[in-house]
Amino acid sequence: MTHNNYLYIAIMAGVTYAIRVLPLTLIRKQIKNKFLKSFLYYVPYVTLAVMTFPAIMEATQSPVAGIAALIIGIVAAWLGAGLFPVAVLCCLVVFILELFLV
Amino acid sequence: MKSHSKALYEGFRDGIPIGLGYLAVSFSLGVAARSAGLTAFQGFLASLLNNASAGEYAGFTVIAANASYFEMFFMTLIANARYLLMSCALSQKFSPDTPLIHRLLVGYDVTDEIFGITIARPGILDPFYTYGAILIAAPCWAGGTALGVVAGNVLPSRAVSALSVALFGMFLAIIIPPAKKNKVIAVCVAVSFAASFTAAHLPLISQLSSGTRTIILTVVISGIAAALFPVGEEEAEHDS
Repeated sequence: MTHNNYLYIAIMAGVTYAIRVLPLTLIRKQIKNKFLKSFLYYVPYVTLAVMTFPAIMEATQSPVAGIAALIIGIVAAWLGAGLFPVAVLCCLVVFILELFLV
Repeated sequence: MKSHSKALYEGFRDGIPIGLGYLAVSFSLGVAARSAGLTAFQGFLASLLNNASAGEYAGFTVIAANASYFEMFFMTLIANARYLLMSCALSQKFSPDTPLIHRLLVGYDVTDEIFGITIARPGILDPFYTYGAILIAAPCWAGGTALGVVAGNVLPSRAVSALSVALFGMFLAIIIPPAKKNKVIAVCVAVSFAASFTAAHLPLISQLSSGTRTIILTVVISGIAAALFPVGEEEAEHDS
């Protein structure tokens, strides 16, 4: 079965908007449930980490270049580099390494 | 009225560096959209309506896998769950008598970055500040995605390969600084890397789509972390 891209996009957009707007319109108080609060607190870090590795190895032509970008990206972020510098650095690492590896 | 236009101007000013960063990152998102089979217009539309890097990337993997609409629903819910927390925090920033229309409009673009500058503003929120930032950031985000879809087609594969890691670099820049400050987050990140790698290679689990694996791992790991290390008031406020 093939799916319609516009329907996919509509579902994404509807869910995303609901997630953002429902708390703003409905919840006037802080969430009280400690487990739910903690769960939501950890979710972004876990999701992003799960999506980053091993996918970063599969996104590049050479898996070694992907691993190198991961390690150097972690080090740069650890040392305090922001979103944009880390993103650019990872790209450069892959570009330079693949001149030799591919 | 005068204070609103000042807030609008300040928001726009603070939104410029965000917009520039968005251009680069959304370009790489466009490359992902292209490989998922989206047209430039569809990529533009997806970004204009979603404003979510991880959520859109996750969505594109669902599209690439030709997975079910339900999987798209659930995937988006999980990948963007953090915005629920941000919006909860942001709701405390509004004056209680803020009209509904402002809540609906600010809710359009609660991203990591716009949330960050909005919550950092002292006092009660003037929504026009956020509108100013959105005015520059949202077009950059959507336009960059469309460019990525188009230029991804003409760029040499070497350049596409390099650009495709920009998004992962941005993810790292989001998760690593909090991991440096908080050991539990650091362990969560390390466990997530290991579990994700293992799940991609284990029989049975590796047969599932990467989107489904992400959902399962996120719910399980975050759930265990929440049960073992519940967070206090200050942490949840400070780092979100």
